[in-house]
Amino acid sequence: MGIEQKLGNMGVVTMRLEDAVNWGRTNSMWPMLFGLACCAIEMMSAQASNYDMSRFGMELMRASPRQSDLMIVAGRVTRKMAPVLRRLYDQMPDPKWVISMGDCASCGGVFNNYAIVPGVDEVVPVDVYVAGCPPRPEALIHGIMTLHEKVRGEKIKDWS
Amino acid sequence: MVEQTEVTLDELRHLVSERALTGETVLLNMGPQHPSTHGVLRLLLELDGETVVNCIPDIGFLHTGIEKNMEAKTYEKAAVMTDRLDYLNTSGNNLVYCLAIEKLVELDVPPRAQAVRVILAELQRIASHLVWLGTHALDLAAMSVFLYCFREREMIMDILEMCGGQRMMSTYFRPGGLWRDVPAEFEDAVRQFLRVFPRRVDEYEALLTHNPLFLERTRHIGVLSKEDALRWGVTGPALRASGVPHDLRKAMPYSGYEQYDFEVPTHTEGDTYVRYLLRVEEMRQSVRIVQQALDKLPYGPVRSNNRKFVPPPRSELGHSMEAVIHHFKLWTEGFSAPAGGVYVAVESPRGELGVYLEGNGSPKPHRVYWRTPSFANLQVLPLIAKGHLVADLVALIGTIDIVLGDTDR
Repeated sequence: MGIEQKLGNMGVVTMRLEDAVNWGRTNSMWPMLFGLACCAIEMMSAQASNYDMSRFGMELMRASPRQSDLMIVAGRVTRKMAPVLRRLYDQMPDPKWVISMGDCASCGGVFNNYAIVPGVDEVVPVDVYVAGCPPRPEALIHGIMTLHEKVRGEKIKDWS
Repeated sequence: MVEQTEVTLDELRHLVSERALTGETVLLNMGPQHPSTHGVLRLLLELDGETVVNCIPDIGFLHTGIEKNMEAKTYEKAAVMTDRLDYLNTSGNNLVYCLAIEKLVELDVPPRAQAVRVILAELQRIASHLVWLGTHALDLAAMSVFLYCFREREMIMDILEMCGGQRMMSTYFRPGGLWRDVPAEFEDAVRQFLRVFPRRVDEYEALLTHNPLFLERTRHIGVLSKEDALRWGVTGPALRASGVPHDLRKAMPYSGYEQYDFEVPTHTEGDTYVRYLLRVEEMRQSVRIVQQALDKLPYGPVRSNNRKFVPPPRSELGHSMEAVIHHFKLWTEGFSAPAGGVYVAVESPRGELGVYLEGNGSPKPHRVYWRTPSFANLQVLPLIAKGHLVADLVALIGTIDIVLGDTDR
């Protein structure tokens, strides 16, 4: 979108480094294979035949936090699970993003009691919240595309 | 809040063998984040090389406090919590809770509602078994079965969504019947499913049943004897695969299961392979039940018209003062149940799912206790895992078919 428009086809594409890196990051985001509760089943549906999340370069769920850059918190986070969740988040290499899938992860949902953390944002920073109990696979995919949009807008100075 | 307690070897002394203390065997943590633990199960393994010496399940990572939360809600509103217990068997959870309330307050259920309940509970059983089959095969490195299974599961999800407006947590069964009548397209959608599904089961079987890799991984793995199964309170497919033909749909029929003709598949080997065969056969039997229930689906009301427990339909509110009063009363205060306890159990895809409901004369339950099959079935995991390889442990977690929401509640 720069010099090649003026000089004709030179066989090269010029773009800003930011855009190139962000494009790369959005198109091969590796989510962590990490299901907590009901939402995990819908997350599996989103990966399976009918919804097919691999269209977004996300077919590869990594079981290890060391290899993933997106954490989808799919389900209710209990007080016993919260430290584990934080440790998993800390183990992920930068850059990393978090999607809070479903009402329970976003705000506690229908549970208002001693056992459930009222929103996973008390434990890890959340980029995108997806509403629903559980959200439909389409809603999760929409959440992921919203995250992609956010990532595309990141600046070099945010990377550090 | 974010702090993790470290456990010393001394505290584990009573759980592991002597060899662990001398360093001869290795203690390894598996989970709560692990691709094959089907949720947030943590296993503490004591390994001799690759052989499992001891396996200690640590549960509670999904403890939601549902039982306590239900005590704070009126009987009808607490039904919403039941979906979230065993999230693969949402209709079945609604069913057992509604049956308990109906028994406690002596509420009648119209025949049409009973038949629709049976249809949806059986479809839910198929959906649950499909998730089980897909993930179990995935654990054993057969990726494509997962994609096949979820294709058919979507058909069932569409039917449930059509009825209750939600894919998973529909809370479609209410005390006294159903939330509303099934839509006009329901029958066609179910018939379409019944038409294609038996052939699809053949497809799954073609992928797995005679597959040498699958046989190698499942045969003679995790043998559960009949005596052990009975001693540990195992129910459901795991019990039937060990040679006990116990199925609550036959043993204590509810919702009119006695009118349907179906078989309870039973095997005697008790290993992982026959548990697979048994669940596949159960899917076929569920198709038979749905077919029969749909063929003689009666017409009529879908909810009891006992206005002391069931709110009047919206259409009556415009011209009946009495209906307005009942509506107001039921949605503000709720109905009261007499003091006393009832226990009702149904056959969930995982086994005996029971609820003990105790009333105290107020509109809220005094105590709700869930007897969940996954909790009881998980107990045998250390028993059947001993002496197997770590790779087989993955198959064993799959084969007992636990849902952590059901285990931890």
